[in-house]
Amino acid sequence: MSYSSLPEDVLEHVFSFVQSDKDRNVISLVCKSWYEIERWCRRRIFVGNCYAVSPRMAIRRFPEVRSVELKGKPHFADFNLVPEGWGGYVYPWIRAMAGGYPWLEELKLKRMVVTDESLELIAKSLKNFKVLVLSSCEGFSTHGLAAIAADCKNLKELDLWESDVEDPSGNWLSKFPDTCTSLVSLNIACLGSEVSFSALERLVVRCPNLRTLRLNRAVPLEKLAHLLRQAPQLVELGTGTYSADLRPDIFSNLAGAFSGCKELKSLSGFWDVVPAYLPAVYSVCSGLTTLNLSYATIQSPDLIKLVSQCPKLQCLWVLDYIEDSGLEALAATCKDLRELRVFPSEPFGDEPNVSLTEQGLVLVSEGCPKLESVLYFCRRMSNDALVTIAKNRPSMIRFRLCIIDPQTPDYLTLEPLDVGFGAIVQHCKDLRRLSLSGLLTDRVFEYIGTYAKKLEMLSVAFAGESDLGLHHVLSGCDSLRKLEIMDCPFGDKALLANAAKLETMRSLWMSSCSVSFEACKLLGQKMPRLNVEVIDESGPPDSRPELPVKKLYIYRTVTGRRIDMPGFVWNVGEDSALRLS
Amino acid sequence: MDFKETELCLGLPGGGNNKKDEAAALELTPTPKASNKRGFCETAVIDLKLNLQSKESSVDLNENFKNPPSNNKNHDKDPAKPSANKAQVVGWPPVRSYRKNAMAETAAFVKVCMDGAPYLRKVDLKTYKSYQELSDALAKMFSSFTMGNYGSQGMIDFMNESKLMDLLNSSDYVPTYEDKDGDWMLVGDVPWEMFVDSCKRMRIMKGSEAIGLAPRAMEKCKSRT
Repeated sequence: MSYSSLPEDVLEHVFSFVQSDKDRNVISLVCKSWYEIERWCRRRIFVGNCYAVSPRMAIRRFPEVRSVELKGKPHFADFNLVPEGWGGYVYPWIRAMAGGYPWLEELKLKRMVVTDESLELIAKSLKNFKVLVLSSCEGFSTHGLAAIAADCKNLKELDLWESDVEDPSGNWLSKFPDTCTSLVSLNIACLGSEVSFSALERLVVRCPNLRTLRLNRAVPLEKLAHLLRQAPQLVELGTGTYSADLRPDIFSNLAGAFSGCKELKSLSGFWDVVPAYLPAVYSVCSGLTTLNLSYATIQSPDLIKLVSQCPKLQCLWVLDYIEDSGLEALAATCKDLRELRVFPSEPFGDEPNVSLTEQGLVLVSEGCPKLESVLYFCRRMSNDALVTIAKNRPSMIRFRLCIIDPQTPDYLTLEPLDVGFGAIVQHCKDLRRLSLSGLLTDRVFEYIGTYAKKLEMLSVAFAGESDLGLHHVLSGCDSLRKLEIMDCPFGDKALLANAAKLETMRSLWMSSCSVSFEACKLLGQKMPRLNVEVIDESGPPDSRPELPVKKLYIYRTVTGRRIDMPGFVWNVGEDSALRLS
Repeated sequence: MDFKETELCLGLPGGGNNKKDEAAALELTPTPKASNKRGFCETAVIDLKLNLQSKESSVDLNENFKNPPSNNKNHDKDPAKPSANKAQVVGWPPVRSYRKNAMAETAAFVKVCMDGAPYLRKVDLKTYKSYQELSDALAKMFSSFTMGNYGSQGMIDFMNESKLMDLLNSSDYVPTYEDKDGDWMLVGDVPWEMFVDSCKRMRIMKGSEAIGLAPRAMEKCKSRT
């Protein structure tokens, strides 16, 4: 019996074990019948750029999807580089899915503009809706959330990760009906004003499967103990404000409540921390795998005391208050550490305010054999340190280094940091994501193009000397999907010489570089399956053709130019002449 | 795909490390390094401190770019906060606005009650930038309440006794607050930032009831200047 004569339902059953999108895509290319069978049984789609495909096309090809994940704005939107109104609207998708995916269960959005209208449409049209994740989204208010709460009878997860939510006073949380007992995960940490505590408490009490609860800053510490006692089964907790008057009864109440939470693996929140209250969590430290202290303004000694009690820690997000000494303690205690993110407490200060240097990162790279993901803000670095880190941790997958002052050289030799980053890409053969900083010449890009064969995402700022740099990356990095560049002297030649490469990538962002409008037009005309978008808030870019374009966003798409571009975005395609006249 | 007009001739990387030769082959001259400090007008991430000496009580961001406040009388600059007029490069360092906002201030929650209303509200004063914004927000929360006109300077003019008396004799509601010293004051007597730092809680009462506060408030105000 050959594979092609296997009955459809057998094939479908086999395919159901294949979850990864990549593998599913490969399956669909085997033959026409496999394509057909596969598309009818695909249950989950991920669209990394919401403008790469139209909702209609997605629904037409995959009619039985239950879970959709979409991403909107380019990553640099996080740092205010994308003007308000650029796009990333989810409403057209929701309108299409209201009709096309009536049984949709999950919607995960990142960097998209979501309106109350969209949320209301979800609540009204999707009868089996269970999971809503809005990560770094904006454009909606608690009115929209009220609709979700009131009408999504089977809601399991509501996660507003770091979204910008308008918070007019209104008690949306109490719109969850008494019959709603299905919540498993609730993350409202980003909400600015207070929610009704009694509504929150009643919700927590009637949802026995609640595993994740991330509170917002407005929930006072005095009330946390009470909530914890109602939900001792929690696995992930985000505290509200972690400060209160120093009173022994509050402390003992809190410590007692925490000690009752035997399943707790993840802690976050800790806004406005009063260090005296930290020991209240000590009883759960031995089981913690994730600790997010990145908003906790506590100093190194307190951080050391805390971290030294968490031998099972796998993921730590912390401010640079931890200092080298804290990272040394981390390296000594947390042998299971996989991910470390150190954020700057004073990113805009001129002088270092903490004693955090390259040494801390070197120590962690030495002491933590499983370390694979790093985000590190610091003020000085050396090639030696980077080489050491690279040799210590060849299994590194994500390495994002931000030396706060642009173009800072090796502090020991005053050389560029080319050799250091070169060592990273040479030794870490599975590196998927890299962010560069410091003084860098074209040489670093030569190393990247030569060695970083698995690299998927590269972020570059204030680096390089000529188009050669960009050319190395575009011609050498075989797995490159996302490239984002700001303030680099890259111009037309490398871009045009590697035009075909751009179709193999999700997107390219270039701002404050040296790309001419003519080159953009040429690219747009030659590459019909790319959208070449020029962003310029001061006027039509062809009115000043001698100036380089300010911001350029190029992405592959099967649907042509988008129809929701604001006035400051120009798509320079084949009819660009018509568009601009 | 024919790219004759854009064809690059490149030497292999590593062979012949002479940058000049490579540059010549590319027919390029190295472009000057992109300036990493851009003009004041282009930066969008500036921590604006409201200067109540200026004419506007609400902030027009564009205006402030062109006419930065000249006497910045904002006191007690927290060294952790960025200085008001330092030009910052947009997009660098790569810190998310969410994080920047969260770190910039600690919250300042105060209880607000209104005479006659059966409920209390809590507001985070740090989410507002001016008395006008606070007023608008309170108006939404306590729908029968309007704070009246704060005038062009955003502050009650305490030096003008008759204006003050008019306000307090009207049947309008007037917001008052308890400051760090435990004194009850009329909202609007100090610059906004100072108010946020010293306000412990608020009570919105009828103007006629607040009259008793006015002389005390004026004394305190006079003793400050």
